Amino acid sequence: MKIELKDVEYVANLARLELSEPEKEEQLEKLNRILDYMEILAKVDTKDTAPLAHVLPIHNVLRKDEVHQTLETEKTLQNAPEESQGMFRVPKIV
Amino acid sequence: MNYFEYKMHEIIDLLEKKEVSAKEVTASIYQRIEDKDPDVQAYLTLNKDKALQKAMEIDEKRAKNEAVGKLAGIPMALKDNMSTMDLLTTCSSEMLYNYLPPYDATVVKKLNDADAVLLGKLNMDEFAMGSSTETSAFKKTRNPFNLDYVPGGSSGGSAAAVAADEAFFTLGSDTGGSIRQPAAYCGVVGMKPTYGAISRYGLIAFASSLDQIGPFTKDVTDCALVMNAITGHDGNDSTSANVEYPDYTKALVNDVKGLRIGIPKEYFGEGVSQGVRDNINDAIKKLEELGAEVGECSMPNTDYAMPAYYIIATAECSSNLSRYDGVRYGLRSEENSLMEMFCKTRNKGFGSEVKSRIMLGTYALSAGYYDAYYLKALKVRNLVKKDFDQAFKQFDLLLTPTAPGTSFKFGEISDPISMYLLDVCTIPVNLAGLPGMSIPYGTSEGMPVGLQLIGKPFDESTLLRVAYTLEKNTDKTILKAGFKGGAE
Amino acid sequence: MNYEVVIGLEVHVELKTNTKIFCSCPNEFGMAPNTNVCPRCLGLPGTLPVLNEKALEYAVLAGLALNCDIAEFSKFDRKNYFYPDLTKAYQISQFDLPVCEHGYLDIETDGKSKRVGVTRIHLEEDAGKLVHEGDTISLSNASLVDYNRAGVPLIEIVSEPDMRSADEARAYLEKLKAYIEYTGVSDVKMEQGSLRCDANVSIRPFGQEEFGTRAEVKNLNSFKAVQKAIEYEVERQIELIEDGGRVVQETRTWDDNQGMTFSLRGKEEANDYRYFPDPDLTPLIISKDYVEALRNTLPELPDVKKERIINDFGLQEYDAGVITSSRGLALFFDKTVELYNEPKKVCNWLMVEFCRLLNTESTEIEDSLVSPENLAQLLRLVEEGAISGKIAKTVFEDMFHTGKDPESIVKEKGLVQISDEGALDSIIDQVIAQNPKSVEDFKSGKKQAIGFLVGQIMKETKGQANPGLVNKMLTEKMS
Repeated sequence: MKIELKDVEYVANLARLELSEPEKEEQLEKLNRILDYMEILAKVDTKDTAPLAHVLPIHNVLRKDEVHQTLETEKTLQNAPEESQGMFRVPKIV
Repeated sequence: MNYFEYKMHEIIDLLEKKEVSAKEVTASIYQRIEDKDPDVQAYLTLNKDKALQKAMEIDEKRAKNEAVGKLAGIPMALKDNMSTMDLLTTCSSEMLYNYLPPYDATVVKKLNDADAVLLGKLNMDEFAMGSSTETSAFKKTRNPFNLDYVPGGSSGGSAAAVAADEAFFTLGSDTGGSIRQPAAYCGVVGMKPTYGAISRYGLIAFASSLDQIGPFTKDVTDCALVMNAITGHDGNDSTSANVEYPDYTKALVNDVKGLRIGIPKEYFGEGVSQGVRDNINDAIKKLEELGAEVGECSMPNTDYAMPAYYIIATAECSSNLSRYDGVRYGLRSEENSLMEMFCKTRNKGFGSEVKSRIMLGTYALSAGYYDAYYLKALKVRNLVKKDFDQAFKQFDLLLTPTAPGTSFKFGEISDPISMYLLDVCTIPVNLAGLPGMSIPYGTSEGMPVGLQLIGKPFDESTLLRVAYTLEKNTDKTILKAGFKGGAE
Repeated sequence: MNYEVVIGLEVHVELKTNTKIFCSCPNEFGMAPNTNVCPRCLGLPGTLPVLNEKALEYAVLAGLALNCDIAEFSKFDRKNYFYPDLTKAYQISQFDLPVCEHGYLDIETDGKSKRVGVTRIHLEEDAGKLVHEGDTISLSNASLVDYNRAGVPLIEIVSEPDMRSADEARAYLEKLKAYIEYTGVSDVKMEQGSLRCDANVSIRPFGQEEFGTRAEVKNLNSFKAVQKAIEYEVERQIELIEDGGRVVQETRTWDDNQGMTFSLRGKEEANDYRYFPDPDLTPLIISKDYVEALRNTLPELPDVKKERIINDFGLQEYDAGVITSSRGLALFFDKTVELYNEPKKVCNWLMVEFCRLLNTESTEIEDSLVSPENLAQLLRLVEEGAISGKIAKTVFEDMFHTGKDPESIVKEKGLVQISDEGALDSIIDQVIAQNPKSVEDFKSGKKQAIGFLVGQIMKETKGQANPGLVNKMLTEKMS
């Protein structure tokens, strides 16, 4: 199954990547090359196989409801591209 | 003195006997970095002032006969995807070019508690996506055996630094082979422990269900010593295994008699070069001579591991890398609207390979494709794991090449599938969460060959034992980098 | 044409844990911006979530209260979308295997009882808060983000589309609030955002089986808003269809000032959230023992309590409903009745005087200065005739504002009832002398004329005269 330019655009939008036109073409070609290769998975019979999301049989990892040290505000904001009044500033939303 | 040439355990001895100070050792390594790194280009950031200060503190403690950590005064370095407080942590990406973490990763804390000395941060493929360290946004790291060749990846800087004696040990991370393959290409020892054996807290995620931190060392003894310092349960990581961790140095036994070693035939397909094949067969013969029981086995789903891996890894990465949105840290493209800021920041911040993987992963999870790709891949993952379960009923460990070939020249591989196929021997191990180790075993046309040992979950000890025995009984496992080439 | 209204509610409840769901930051409301944060809830690269055991416990308790089945196997998933208040650009939530499923709540409207299905309850993390520079989101040049709320544990309670009117929706929400409040897992305060509600509203011609297209209405910040917004939305959809249009599936926001819903179209993406199991969190295996141990800690829940109050104390259905609608009120009732065993009187005081003051002063009963002990004492003072019922109301207001006990107030202000015939004798004589017309009326058979005279005497005594005694003495003197 080949994907098309509109699929690339749909996915790029979901992933918040503004690709240039040449980049879209490049990604289209690369994705199709990879997806082509993925086709061999269709040959594997997985009817009776359960999906394996966690490789270790670990479950119920819980922590106590106890308060620990929070970050100093200076540290919290030290990497902020833009800050104001102790908050992270972002351009207008709409 | 050229302390940099020593193995770590030799330096530990000298430091304990106070024949050398931590400051001298650290200064010697920085001198080596100054001499060699202009050629090798392994380091992104140096931590010189703090490192020398720490070394002096350790010397003072020693002088006063105060207790010091197990790795006291040992200069080491970290792949640049491990969070280090107030020291640049970039993942070799423009996206994090200026990121100063406000916290230390668990491994960083553990190494600090062991009194190791942090020299600096090492180059890697951008966000650990690549097999040659060529996708780094900042520099190309070169293979110390031949500077015209890649060091492998994604932990290329970590492998090259050890091979060039620019650190006594380094840490890397391995998602599909990113420790073992560069260790093989650079002729050093690399261990990817069992998933869950080393805390991932503070390791900047590529694919969370596959990522695992591990050491690069000059020999097997050093590997065991570093493993002792960095393994263990961590309450900060829900996937950290709460099991008994052994003293890995106890596994340093020169004896493989009666060990059952499986040779999965699928790992010796036509893609494997003659040079690699000859060396691995030699190792097999050697182990048989030393009393191991070697037998062939079959792992029929091996071919499906790579495509399944790329779906799972990219799906997870598409989500893990979403947080780089220009709001809280890292790069921001100044725009008038939020949407534009998101899209332009991410497009500028990520390189081409990272974008491809985000795109592929986003696609595999998107409406209508989840079952065909992601869910299918998780099922294949289970089949791959079952192959191993089956093999381990019969064998104590498995032996394969680490990679089908040896290192290659910069720019030589551009086709994505060919690049991904460099990891065919290592990927299945990550899918199954098993421990895998690469040790050098001979060379082919002057470049190191890697031998991979694969163990049962949490049985790193058996891998160390076999590796140690080979090290003691052949001259093929300790290779010296020659810094050839580089005449550009 | 006649239309049937179909409503389902999605309710978010903040859990009252000490710490956030996946990190150890305090779960507190009203702190300075970005002070209750750490590398984890800021989503810094490399950080990992670890589940708070109390959050799981609270979700299970809520599920048990709402008659849910508790999953034996549950897991967390990532819901992927970009928004500045979401630090990882995904929300850790639960997709196909929520902690609780298949519950219900019984509601009453217009004296009729009805069962509303609870589809599921799942655990998730809250997002941060955006503050817009400028007056509104559309007029502002920039927004500021505060992540104190990021990572606060939430449960989302999704109902079946079982409600058929705004009244039913409101009744369900009120009942839900009471039930959650009783379990103690949340403050469920709509005004503080610890209870939030979105409504899915659609209409269909009566008799049609298939559902109409629904609109999801957000920004419902009070019970009144829920009711009004649904009523508005139903009207809007009917008008739209009657005019030949059709309802589109969309998210709309309620504007309380304008009393209208507005489309958020264009502001929201296509909802392709790419859910997948969070690899950083391990699955949950919830044992029967764990669930039963929690079930044993559940307090008596509103409906059971209501039944008990009706059966044991003979209270009216309506009164019992009001008393049990809030945990605080019900606890207050129980404690007061323990001290002063006149349930109907206690109920009356709570419903009339207490609730009135709580409402006008916007106080929660838990924060009120009045204690059950003091209310019981007050009622005893009335019963003993020490003060009149009317004076008691004045005393109660004083209690409400100062927290003092009623006896001290009565003493301080000299409000003790005059029950001494000698003390009243001259006042009554004086009033009789000053109002010959009323006396004449009474004598000529207009018995109600005595009311005026009693009133005059009460006025003279500043309300302190014992009204029963005054009545008796007046009647005697005029006959």
